[in-house]
Amino acid sequence: MHRDLMRVLPRRHLAVCLGAAIVAGLLVLVQAELLAGVLSGRFAVGALLPLALVIGLRGALGWAQGVAAGRTASGVKSLLRHRLLSRFQDMSPAEHRSGELVTLTGRGLDALDPYLTGYLPSVAVAAVVPVAVLIRLFVADLATAIIVLLTLPLIPIFGALVGMTTKAVTERQWRALARLGGHFLDVVRGLPTLRAFGRARYQASVIRDVADQHRSATMRTLRVAFLSSLVLELVASLSLALVAVPVGLRLLSGSLDLSTALLVLLLAPEAYLPLRAMGTRFHAAMEGVTAADQAFALLGEERAGESGRLTAPEGVPEIRLESVTVRYPGREDAALTDVSLVIEAGERVALVGPSGAGKSTLLHLLLGFVTPSSGRVLVGGVDLADLDLDAWRRRLAFVPQRPHLFATSVADNIRLGSAASSDEIRTASAAAQAAEFVESLPEGYDTVLGERGANLSAGQRQRVALARAFCRPDAEVLLLDEPTARLDGRSESAVLDSTRHLAEGRTAVIVAHRPAMIDLADRVIRITDGAITEDHARPVGGLR
Amino acid sequence: MSGLIPSGLNRRLVVAALAGSAADLAGLGLIASAAWLITRAAEQPPLAALSVAIVGVRAFATSRGVFRYAERLAGHDVALRAQAATRERLYEALIPSGPLSHRGADLLSRMVDDTDAVQDLLVRCLLPAIAALVTGAAAVVIALFLLPAAAFALLAGLVIAGVLLPLGTAAASRRWSARLAPARADLAARVADLVHGSADLAAYGAKGEALAAGMSADDRLAALERGQSRVSATALLTGVLTQGLTVVAIVWICQATGTGSVATAVLALMSLVAFEPVLPLAAAGERLTGVLAALRRLTDLRSLPAAVTEPAVPAATPSGPLTIGVSNLVVRHGQARPALNGVSLTLTPGRRVAIVGPSGAGKSTLLSALMRTVDYESGNITINEVEARDLPSETVRHLMTGLTQDPYVFQASFKDNLRLAGPEASDEELAHAVQAAHLDTWADRTGWDTSLGEDGRTLSGGQLQRLALARAVLYNPPILLLDEPAEALDEQTAAALMADLLDATHGRTTLLITHRLRGLEAVDEILVLEDGQITQRGTHADLTTTDGYYRTLWQSEAMLHT
Repeated sequence: MHRDLMRVLPRRHLAVCLGAAIVAGLLVLVQAELLAGVLSGRFAVGALLPLALVIGLRGALGWAQGVAAGRTASGVKSLLRHRLLSRFQDMSPAEHRSGELVTLTGRGLDALDPYLTGYLPSVAVAAVVPVAVLIRLFVADLATAIIVLLTLPLIPIFGALVGMTTKAVTERQWRALARLGGHFLDVVRGLPTLRAFGRARYQASVIRDVADQHRSATMRTLRVAFLSSLVLELVASLSLALVAVPVGLRLLSGSLDLSTALLVLLLAPEAYLPLRAMGTRFHAAMEGVTAADQAFALLGEERAGESGRLTAPEGVPEIRLESVTVRYPGREDAALTDVSLVIEAGERVALVGPSGAGKSTLLHLLLGFVTPSSGRVLVGGVDLADLDLDAWRRRLAFVPQRPHLFATSVADNIRLGSAASSDEIRTASAAAQAAEFVESLPEGYDTVLGERGANLSAGQRQRVALARAFCRPDAEVLLLDEPTARLDGRSESAVLDSTRHLAEGRTAVIVAHRPAMIDLADRVIRITDGAITEDHARPVGGLR
Repeated sequence: MSGLIPSGLNRRLVVAALAGSAADLAGLGLIASAAWLITRAAEQPPLAALSVAIVGVRAFATSRGVFRYAERLAGHDVALRAQAATRERLYEALIPSGPLSHRGADLLSRMVDDTDAVQDLLVRCLLPAIAALVTGAAAVVIALFLLPAAAFALLAGLVIAGVLLPLGTAAASRRWSARLAPARADLAARVADLVHGSADLAAYGAKGEALAAGMSADDRLAALERGQSRVSATALLTGVLTQGLTVVAIVWICQATGTGSVATAVLALMSLVAFEPVLPLAAAGERLTGVLAALRRLTDLRSLPAAVTEPAVPAATPSGPLTIGVSNLVVRHGQARPALNGVSLTLTPGRRVAIVGPSGAGKSTLLSALMRTVDYESGNITINEVEARDLPSETVRHLMTGLTQDPYVFQASFKDNLRLAGPEASDEELAHAVQAAHLDTWADRTGWDTSLGEDGRTLSGGQLQRLALARAVLYNPPILLLDEPAEALDEQTAAALMADLLDATHGRTTLLITHRLRGLEAVDEILVLEDGQITQRGTHADLTTTDGYYRTLWQSEAMLHT
């Protein structure tokens, strides 16, 4: 039983689901009673009517169980999805857990379905019905009850025993199966490369060989692993034989009546059935447990610090870094070491230096995505840690190194977070050199972009992101991370003009690689290995 | 559908089906003989009259487990074989087709998942259906001997539960998955946006909106999932009712016709058990929809048109020093305007020609046309006067290949990744290729047997290109084609790579595609490709003194390097 998961289950639906499963399980006893009675002639034909009613009731309860289980599952998944996504929005965007989270929040949580709709009800039934059957058997026929009582524990015991011995081997095989799928995917992905070197046909035989080896290894394992199901099957069916044959012989001697004998025959299998049903659902359910573990592990992680309440003074602010050191968790070296820096209001600063030196970290620091491990960042004299981050970010325009385009319309991508009119959007995209290609799209600004802007080229994506920044004409601070990195020469010069225009009268911090971008700045700061190694006004006539 | 099951599997499939049917028949025999034993014993016949039934009960009880074991082993063996054969045939069908990369990583993984569909079809749909059919038929035949009227009632019940109900669930599931699939995709897109776009959302204060959009996508999906669970629940209800009421009807018929207690009990209990292999078919019907959709997708993939038309009668492979002639080449992707519109060039032995131009101008398309991975619409590509179209595409690639766009790193050791371009190469040849690509320091430090892992994550963009260059050098084609990628690399890495490319190709017949101009004074001719057409050609010295794309780009680069 998963304790964290139990706490978030919708109680009413769960109660209906488990209650219906248990009552339906118990009704099997009534059904057996009635059927044995009619068949033995103890009850008249009229007893078929209540029998039909019991069957109808069982069906109705099964329906209720299925519907309630569906509600439980979808309720839990929605709840966990919501918590995970809001939790993620609170985390710093600099933390990279994204692949895992997307998989988990998307299809990963669906693994909870077999656990909630199949395994949980079967556990409830297995806890109640075998006991009820045993009690009824004790009342009906002591000898049978003892046989069932003695053989019943063999099912969980053998299940666990065989399970334990084969678990490790079976898991290894399932992992090997996943690897096999991985190998196939790898070869298919690399097909163009194989084709280029004339190795494509040869690889088909490799696929066959790898699959053959895997199959013979798997079958060796399964021969042992399936022994568990053989044992369980044998326990259940041999117990029926163990019950039926002595009962028959006692009927012959007249020491037992037919009605009881038939009841015993009908009930005995019902004692084993719930345990076996639970066993067969166990494996699929464990995947659900793994998904739940992952979800709660992510939810249980420490929260980022609360955003402050203060606002920085009006107007274009001065930005001051005082001995700021930034460390990312799990990394030995600091990303920035003891950096002190004053950026005057309206100053245009170019950050240069090799990749990985800490330029983007500096931008993320100003955005409040990362917090200093020591030192502080002051915006207009107020510590960034005390600022209301949402209000502060509304005063920024940011173009990241790899902007994300959302699976909505181009207009919504440019408008992002603001209520810009369509005229403002057009002006912004014209300024970012994006208007021409956007207007040539099939539905212009209303064209819905594919996953991560899949239908645009890298340069076009970059220009949409620039248009986003242009769509915030009131922004006081401009943060650009290599805005022209993926543009060819001609679009670059066009974007440069617009950027120069955008930076007028604002503070601008621009991570730059290209000389033309550096030319925009009043001041050039070189960052090497997390420290400022050069800081000077831009020499007239460009950087040498 | 018959084409889906590879030929060698039929015998194994029959074994699995027989074992499965035998297991279910043993279950049927167990309950029938037990019911007969008990009701007959109640009539207190001599013990000898019961001995056959006693043996029967014990035999059926033992054999059921054994048959089940045999079925599961045979079934899994068939399933694994079917999956392997499906993958192999899918792969073989993909070899001549065009690039799949534009279909996206997710689609590619889904294709791999789809190859499991054949496995599902056999083990979860076909084998259970056969076992259910055999068991149901056996029960009906036995019932016919005991009481024909009861047999018809049983038949009716079994047809409802085993044929009509699965057909119903299959139809319902088809309807629901048509609605569920877009809802799932929508949710996945919203989640991906929220996670991958979290920095953009935070910076622009748009978190709340995006979260609300995600949750409403989740609500829509949850509502559909609840609807789907109502369908499954209704199928379950129908199954339970059909089973129970059939038994009630049979008992009633027996009572009404005055059938004896032995036959009545055998009929009733046997009918109850006959439904056990039949009832799960409703769930199999639901699954069938997904399985069939997956199989359809695979069939579509298999029938993708080949990227190029292979010659019916291949021409003789040209030999000796090779001259490549391209004249008035037109290549079109789909209906759009031509990607290449009348391109001509000549590549004589030992000469190096560079092609520059903005992204999207058609540079990589030219390379693909030369490597025969896309067909040309008009114009000619000749290799020593032999039309490339008249040669098998593999032969053309044997003559000219090299560093292509998006080189792939396999999840294998560095050495194996290199060796695919030269399976017979000696260690010295491998070392030489690595040296030419300036990857020797890295290779010695990291180790030749280091596994390069998923997506070559252990390699940086520059190292990846160098690995691809080393492959090209190792393969040593008569004509070397190099597509230098700029997008993934930072300025310094790209400049260093470019220098090494030029260094490694001295004296080789080479066609070089590049975005960077530094070092191009070393090549014999430079072509400027813009919008599918060659707009300028000449040497570096010619082009830097003429107005145009080349000069503009040169001036912009010069600012960084003067």
